[in-house]
Amino acid sequence: MGAQKKGATARVSEDPEELTRHPLQAILLADSFTTKFRPITLERPKVLLPLANIPMINYTLAWLESAGVEEVFVFCCAHSKQVIDYLESSEWSSQPNFSVTTIESHNSISAGDALRLIYERNVIHGDFVLISGDTVSNMSLTQALQEHKDRRKKDANAIMTMVVKQSKSSPITQQSRLGTDELFMAINPVTKQLLYYEDKAEYSKGFISLDKTLIADNPSVILHNDKQDCYIDICSQEVLSLFTDNFDYQHLRRHFVKGLLVDDIMGYKIFTHEIQSSYAARIDNFRSYDTISKDIIQRWTYPFVPDVLSGSSAIKVERQGTYRASDVTLSRCAQLGSFTFIGQGTKIGNGTKISHSVIGERCTIGSNVTIEGSYIWNNVTIEDGCELRNAIVCDGVILKSGAVLQPGVILSFKVVVGQQFVVPAYSKVSLLQQPTQQDSDEELEYADSTSGTGELRSDQLNGDIAPDLSETASELGTGGVGYIWTVFEGAYDEEWRHSVAPIPTDKLVKLMLDKDEDEELLTQDGNVISASGELKTDSDGNGSEDDDNEDSRDDYVSFEKEVEATFLRAVHENVKVDLAVLEVNALRLSYNMASVDCGGAIFYSMMKLAVESPHNSASELHRNAADIVTTWQKLLKSFLHDIDEEIEVILKFEEMCLESAKEFAALFPQILHLLYDKEILQEDAILRWADEKEGADESDKVFLKRSEKFIQWLREAEEEEEEDE
Amino acid sequence: MDFQVVVLAGGNSKSLTPLVSKDVPKPLLPVANHPVLYYVLRQLEQSNLKDLIVVVEGEDAGLLVGAWISGTFVDRLHVETAAVPEDIGTAGALRAISHYLTAKDILVVSGDLVSDVSPGAVAATHRRHDAVVTATLCCVPISGSSESGSSGGKDKTKKPGRYNIIGLDPRKQFLLHIATGAEIEKDTRLQKHLLHAVGQMEIRSDLMDAHMYAFKRSVLQEVLDRKDTFQSLKQDVVPYLVRSQLKSEAVLSGIPQAEEDGNEKVSFPNNQVMVSQILANASTPSFHELYSMDPDGFAQTRKTHKCCAYIASSSIYCVRLNSIQAFMDINRDVTGEADHLLSDNVIGPSPKLGTKTTVGPHCMLGEGSEMGDKCQVKRSVIGRHCRIGSHVKVVNSVVMNHVTIGDGCIIQGSVICSNVQLQERVVLKDCQVGAGFVVTAGSEYKGESLARKEK
Repeated sequence: MGAQKKGATARVSEDPEELTRHPLQAILLADSFTTKFRPITLERPKVLLPLANIPMINYTLAWLESAGVEEVFVFCCAHSKQVIDYLESSEWSSQPNFSVTTIESHNSISAGDALRLIYERNVIHGDFVLISGDTVSNMSLTQALQEHKDRRKKDANAIMTMVVKQSKSSPITQQSRLGTDELFMAINPVTKQLLYYEDKAEYSKGFISLDKTLIADNPSVILHNDKQDCYIDICSQEVLSLFTDNFDYQHLRRHFVKGLLVDDIMGYKIFTHEIQSSYAARIDNFRSYDTISKDIIQRWTYPFVPDVLSGSSAIKVERQGTYRASDVTLSRCAQLGSFTFIGQGTKIGNGTKISHSVIGERCTIGSNVTIEGSYIWNNVTIEDGCELRNAIVCDGVILKSGAVLQPGVILSFKVVVGQQFVVPAYSKVSLLQQPTQQDSDEELEYADSTSGTGELRSDQLNGDIAPDLSETASELGTGGVGYIWTVFEGAYDEEWRHSVAPIPTDKLVKLMLDKDEDEELLTQDGNVISASGELKTDSDGNGSEDDDNEDSRDDYVSFEKEVEATFLRAVHENVKVDLAVLEVNALRLSYNMASVDCGGAIFYSMMKLAVESPHNSASELHRNAADIVTTWQKLLKSFLHDIDEEIEVILKFEEMCLESAKEFAALFPQILHLLYDKEILQEDAILRWADEKEGADESDKVFLKRSEKFIQWLREAEEEEEEDE
Repeated sequence: MDFQVVVLAGGNSKSLTPLVSKDVPKPLLPVANHPVLYYVLRQLEQSNLKDLIVVVEGEDAGLLVGAWISGTFVDRLHVETAAVPEDIGTAGALRAISHYLTAKDILVVSGDLVSDVSPGAVAATHRRHDAVVTATLCCVPISGSSESGSSGGKDKTKKPGRYNIIGLDPRKQFLLHIATGAEIEKDTRLQKHLLHAVGQMEIRSDLMDAHMYAFKRSVLQEVLDRKDTFQSLKQDVVPYLVRSQLKSEAVLSGIPQAEEDGNEKVSFPNNQVMVSQILANASTPSFHELYSMDPDGFAQTRKTHKCCAYIASSSIYCVRLNSIQAFMDINRDVTGEADHLLSDNVIGPSPKLGTKTTVGPHCMLGEGSEMGDKCQVKRSVIGRHCRIGSHVKVVNSVVMNHVTIGDGCIIQGSVICSNVQLQERVVLKDCQVGAGFVVTAGSEYKGESLARKEK
């Protein structure tokens, strides 16, 4: 900023550019602030997980270096110690023109927090690349950067350039090959300005709704369903200050991008840069881990491939895309299939078949083992006759002989699977117990993943975990160690979508059928709208009215509950009637109810108490009711000021007899009489109720008929009175 | 070509009163001294589409139009004139003449279209894609900038420059979304499954539906039969077809039989894909085919139909005569920048001009009209057999046939219908004068609509 001011005062127009020429900086978020890689990430940060036997962050850093970035700020939060230790011991700490600085935080729970913290540090001085530490790319930044700068010169509001890539999501599952949800983006084809971004489009059902002003402002808009967000952003300094100004921005896309697109006061703009032939992808879930690993092995990410990146340790690339480190002990009759990577010091026994898999360093694999499409990290022992399909096996795992991993299994660090044990598909197994607190609120999950897990780890890993093991042994067969994490309802749907295993055919078939049905509905829906544009708004209006009714009904129900609780407390604690009246009145005000409602609710509570107190026969119930009414008549009376309120009580009683307390049905006339005797109900009220009911349906008159005698008697008494006068 | 053309010529249009009357129904409203219908028929003739049905609202109007057509296009076109009741909408009009329709495809053209879009090209596009409907789209006239005169453009800039919201596939061949009328002012809602199928959709608000559609007859008739609430082609039928293009079997179960009537009889679904692929002249199958196939790529499980778009190039002239403003614009343009629409001479053979009378460029004088001394005519059209006195100024106006204009009149931005008499020193600005009206001497009017009371 300061430099820019200097530039403005300088005389030559080219000067500002010269003066603002900072070394290109990058912010690398070494924390994804999600829980998708659990349970593995409970013990090791995601950026250090091996991707084709090299920690992910190396791919990102190597790319940043090659793309001309000179200064990288690595923001670490969860397991920050591990990240910092790793970076210090790695070659990255000693590169001549490439400085890697770590920024540590212990309380950031989102990317937003991270950027706010970086803003406070005041280390970013110009345009920067914002990237997370799990991104693999080989794109050239030059053009994108130049476009960004040119746009900035013309329009100071163009503060961000997002890198996107062509990638059509599957027509059936609606997810990309990286396992991410489908993304809808509207882009102006001429300016490449991003106008609309929706990556969680479920809620709008079968429609994408574009704002009318968006179309009014842009004569041509291209709505893309075939682009993938690479999560590589070229940002101007303002981005950081925007995060600080909008302290509620957490998620880069969901809050920041959408926030900017919606906000038209500041007029900030986001643009896109589409890459054509180069590679860029982010490891967001297990499926993308699988996809990107395969891409790396198939060398789409060249020059960022294992044999180039690892440098000194000699890895040879052989035919059919097989990578083999120098000192692999391979039995003669072991079969290595195509696109397989065998790490250093690994021993493989007789008759073992391995294909489309990555095996880490110093693993011991017995004989007659089958490994397909799996990722086996370092120091893993796999005994004879095991079968692994589409699994991820972390460091130090032991598979006892004959163990079987079904597709989609994740075995976290040091898990032991017992002999002949079959780990069911999509299981996640860890030595650590599943955190019990699973909040649907994502913000809390963030917090959990950062602060909570650190403690958990030190306690449980350093300490002795043996005590728990005896009981869990059974979970993973004899001699097995580890907990199988349960999958929550609803989350199950996510499992197969994001798993390393390919999506099973039956799922696909089911999805196809579902989709057809959905569309059936959609087309019908569409017809409704078509008939006339106004029709839709009408139905909308009705909908909201319904909602209102629903709300008030809900209110009444909870009010009734509150009153009941108050009443019960009054009964059990012998609260004085005056105080109870006060309390009920307070409730009435806070729920904004009429006093009519109070009478009904109190009477309801009384009768409910009568029903709930022990009784053997109808007469006992009658006595109960009589007792309660006698004790609390003053309370009830104080809410029955006029006849309408008394009628309300009768109606309430009728309703109870029909629904919640059917036992009273037989006693209806008696109770009515009781209430009359206690002077809670006046005869006018009862007679008026009877008159009102006269015109009702036969079914509504059940209680009227039952109490006919009583009403008859009332009427006669009244007439007599009149005669007397 | 197995194409039938239906020209929906309309009848009495309320938006055009007082220009339109019982004697001059809308199709016969003269534009640069030719009835507006002439322009459409001439385009059709040039595309060699000669089998026409002209649909006119109202019996009387039908007779008038029929008489004019048989007089003008005798031996050149094979025209049937059908009169339908008024106010039944465009879809209703087609329903009423449904029994006339026999050809495989139907081209429906609005009779008030003044354009040089080639109907033949639209028909060819329709055939090439084997589409169910092909809509002609043209660029929205850019208000202000392209007009030479500033006066005409002024009102236009106030109008919203948007008529339709159109969704197109990346190759701009298929119509994926169309919003008309009130929908334009709302948020655009796009069907997701269509987006899934097509990948990306271009949404244009700078295109206009030109009211020239090619329909597959069987489908059109079926839709008209089934959806008897559909009133308008533009607002109901076309959007409906576009919306249901990936789900057509729900309502269009009759198509398979209908397709067999055509010349391509194909027994294998695979062949069908092949054939339409060749027809589509494309190396990759269109998203319709991809969508309709199972993941294994063989059986066609879903029935789809194609909605195509023919986008006229931006240089093409295309305006509908549906308002007085449009009438003025068309008159100016046809005599001016779009004069290729008329083959005739701009100035009639024998106008008699007085001394010191100047007729500027972009003007038209009908035959037999006479003008007095020291008159000025700029950017105006003057019909046949008009008598114009001396010291008359006519600017940006349209004067129809047999109009008498007294000395010293000043006429600006106005329309003077046939047989009107303007007495001396009348000043008219932005007025419309209905047929046979007499404006008394010395009166001044501004922005008014003058007409005889209908008996």
